Parts: sequence; structure tokens; C-alpha cells
Amino acid sequence: MTLIHLSPVDLGLASILVLLLAGMSWRLRLGVERRVLVAAARSSVQLMLVGLVLKVLFGQTSLPLIGLMALVMLSVAGFEVMQRQKRRYRGLWGYGIGALSMFLSAFSVTLLALIVIIGVEPWYQPQYLIPLLGMLLGNTMSGIAIALDSLTRQAWDSRGKIEARLLGGGTWDDAIEEVRRDALRAGLIPIINAMATAGLVSLPGMMTGQILAGSPPMEAAKYQLLIMFLIATGTGLGSMAAVWIGSRRLFDERQRLRLDRLGTAARA
Amino acid sequence: MSELRLDGIRSRALGPLELTLAAGELVFVSGPSGSGKSLLLRAIADLDPHAGEAWLGEEPRSSMPPAVWRRRVGLLPAEAFWWAETVGEHLPHDARGPGRGARSVSRLPPGRLGECVLPQHAAHTGTPRPAIAIPVTVTAWLERLGFESDVLGWSVARLSTGERQRLALVRLLAQSPDALLLDEPTANLDPINTDRVESLVQSYRHAHAAAVLWASHDPAQRTRLSGRSLVIRDGQLESEG
Repeated sequence: MTLIHLSPVDLGLASILVLLLAGMSWRLRLGVERRVLVAAARSSVQLMLVGLVLKVLFGQTSLPLIGLMALVMLSVAGFEVMQRQKRRYRGLWGYGIGALSMFLSAFSVTLLALIVIIGVEPWYQPQYLIPLLGMLLGNTMSGIAIALDSLTRQAWDSRGKIEARLLGGGTWDDAIEEVRRDALRAGLIPIINAMATAGLVSLPGMMTGQILAGSPPMEAAKYQLLIMFLIATGTGLGSMAAVWIGSRRLFDERQRLRLDRLGTAARA
Repeated sequence: MSELRLDGIRSRALGPLELTLAAGELVFVSGPSGSGKSLLLRAIADLDPHAGEAWLGEEPRSSMPPAVWRRRVGLLPAEAFWWAETVGEHLPHDARGPGRGARSVSRLPPGRLGECVLPQHAAHTGTPRPAIAIPVTVTAWLERLGFESDVLGWSVARLSTGERQRLALVRLLAQSPDALLLDEPTANLDPINTDRVESLVQSYRHAHAAAVLWASHDPAQRTRLSGRSLVIRDGQLESEG
């Protein structure tokens, strides 16, 4: 192993840098010093906990435990999608649309990768399942959040146009078509850009990790490619599912535009 | 062709309302702003959730797909919205060219769809855009409102408020509705264009025996066009005078 272990002192040195950043924020009156410190503290606690949890999980390879972990990841991601909406769907839908679409896309793509592509034995081996699922959830989460946010904002803003199309004898499908297309595009653009610039501007995080851990660069590159393809597919499927369910929910059984099903504007 | 009948239309701000417009009848609704004129028209067009039933002749609204109902009871909202780039793109497909959508074409009076003219911009400049054939009726309507047929190639963003409002009426008539629900259709128009709009609505009403429900706050307009006048008060319709 060429892996050099990090000591608490090493991490302490790095954390001094964050303290410096917070100090500068205070000195320049940027007003974000509190947030910097809280975020840094949160990430330390969260990552240490995850490290501990994964250590336990990896030692056991128990399907129920892994399933539980996956469920926790999904529910947090669903919550995060909801948090990022300016206008949320009222009721359970606000949470459900994002969580269900992520479940459909991220879980199925992860399973496909584990069973068909990588061929892990058993398929739920946590060293593969948890990081893969995590990366897929994290990325589909952003895509779905952007797509849903764009859908509801635009529907809200172009109420007149949508209703004009309904009045002209259009179905709900015709009326929301353009808004839906824009929302999907918005959700997909980040991952498309990431694929297009991968390796030119920065090395993607996973590849960096593998290289630091001592993998041959070509192996790391191949894994990174696999992940990117999976993420692109997962984000696409997830955004499509979310935008479809979401746009359907904007209309009722008489195909009326029901903006009252969206909540009041939250700061997002 | 068919009467328009409201049966127990009720929402938070309205009703329950009963109202029957005979085929070809003109009825005015007035009332201070905020009294629910627009809400009433929106409810009839089934844009807002509400209780009750509406009928076109013998056909109840609930038996029709919402899109068909809305096309047949044409609502002209107070503010005209446009979703595409040019005016012409907003006309229903079967009004843009004959031969498509036999169901809708057959709704237009016979003998009018046969003759078609090409919009002038396509004929003169030979733009790559496919030449759209417009039924003569649409051209005639445009002319009566003071437009050349090349207006169909205009960008919507260039239109003034008044132009939008007048063109929205042509757009509405082009979907050949059986009834008209007009929400202050002349609110932003000068007297000349007000006359034009009034006379176009009147001749459509006579030619198609369309029931017209017209929200207007202008008493002079109501006397000029001499229809039945109703006032909306506390969500209820009352006859005026």
C-alpha cells in the first residue's frame, strides 16, 4: 500500500486553514464566518460518523444493515431535494416526488452496475454498493432538485401562457410541454458539462481518491468513466420521472392548472 | 347552434348560479372590479375548481374532455397571453390550413374553407418557413379589426396591448367556439377599435348563433349593443333595471 495514513495532527493543520478563512471573513465583514465554521464542524462530525458506520458495515456484509443505510441515504436526499425548492408541492408530494424519482433512478442504476457491469459477488458487497449508491444519489439529487425547482417556478411564472393554451383547446400535456422541456434541460446540464470537461479542468473526485489510494491511473480513469455514465443515466431518468410526476400533479382531473397545490415561496 | 346553460355553478366567491343563454343570445355581466366577473367566466371555462354543471345544448360539460369543452366555450381573458414567437403560430392547426383535423374543419360553416389565401410575407419573400394557407374567414376577421394578413408573421413581442387584445379575439374565433365568454374585450381599445371589435363579435354571434356572455363595465356599450344586462353582486347574478 502506498496509502499514507493521516494523523490527527495533519487534519488539525488543515483545520487551521479553515479557521483562517473564518477569521478573514470576519475581518472583511463578509458575514459568512459562522456558516463556514458550522459547515466545517458538520462535515467533520458527519464524515467521522460515516467512517465509523461504514467500518461496521464492511465488517459484516449484512443485507438488512446495508438496506437500512441505503434507506437513510435516500430519505436524507429526499429531504434535501425538498429543501432546495422555492415553491414546494403541498403535503406529502413535496417530499414524495423527489424521493420516489431518486429511488427509481439511483437504485435501479446502482443495481444494474453492481450485478451486470461490475459483477460484484455478492451484489450487495458494501465496499461497492455504498459508495456507488452515494455518488448516484448525490448527483441525481442535484439534477432532480434543479429540474423540479425550474418546473414549479416556471409554471408559476407562466400561468397566463399555460392557461391560454388550455383555453385554446390544448390538453395539459400541450400546455406544460415547453416548461417541462426547459426543466429537464436545466436538470441535465450540470452533468453534461461535468462529462464534457472531465479531466481537463480538474480530476473528478472519485478518480482523485483512487489515485491517492494507490490505484493505477488507467484503472482510476476507467472507474471514473463508468461512474459518469451511470450518473448521467441516473440523473436523466430521475429528472424525467420527477418532472413527469411533478407536471402531472400541477393539473387535476379536469386538466385545470392547480398552482394552489404549490406552497408559498420559501427562501431557497 | 346551441344554448349555454349554467346549473348550480358555485365556488368560494360565487353562486350557486343558474343562468341560461339562448343560442345566439347576448348577455352582459357587469359589477365593480373584484365582484367576480372574471371568476364566473373562468368557472364556466372550467379553469378553476368549483361545483356545478354547465351545458352546451344537450351536452353536459362533464361528458366532454376538458380540452374540447374549453375550445367550444371560447373564453377571451382580460389579458391576452401568447406562448409562441409569431402571431400565426397561435392559430389552431385546422384554421391555418385545410385538410387537417376533419372533426374541427367540419365545424366551420361549409363553403368557407375551400378558398384559401397565402399570407403575404410568405408569398413575397419566399422565406424558408412553410407557407401557411389561411382560411378566408381569418383574413376577413383580421381585416375587419384593421390588420393586413401579414400580421400573422409578426413577432408577438412587437404587439401593443391593444393589438394583442384584438388579435386574441381573432385567435379565439379561429377555434370556432360555439359560445363566447368575453372578459372586457374592449378595455384597452380606442373608440374606433372598440367599434370594430363589437361589430365582429356581433357578426360572429349572428352567423354561428353563438351565445355570448360579455363582461363589461361600460354602460354605453351595454345600451349600444342591446343585450340582456346582469349585475353580479355578492356572488349572485341579478337583472339590471
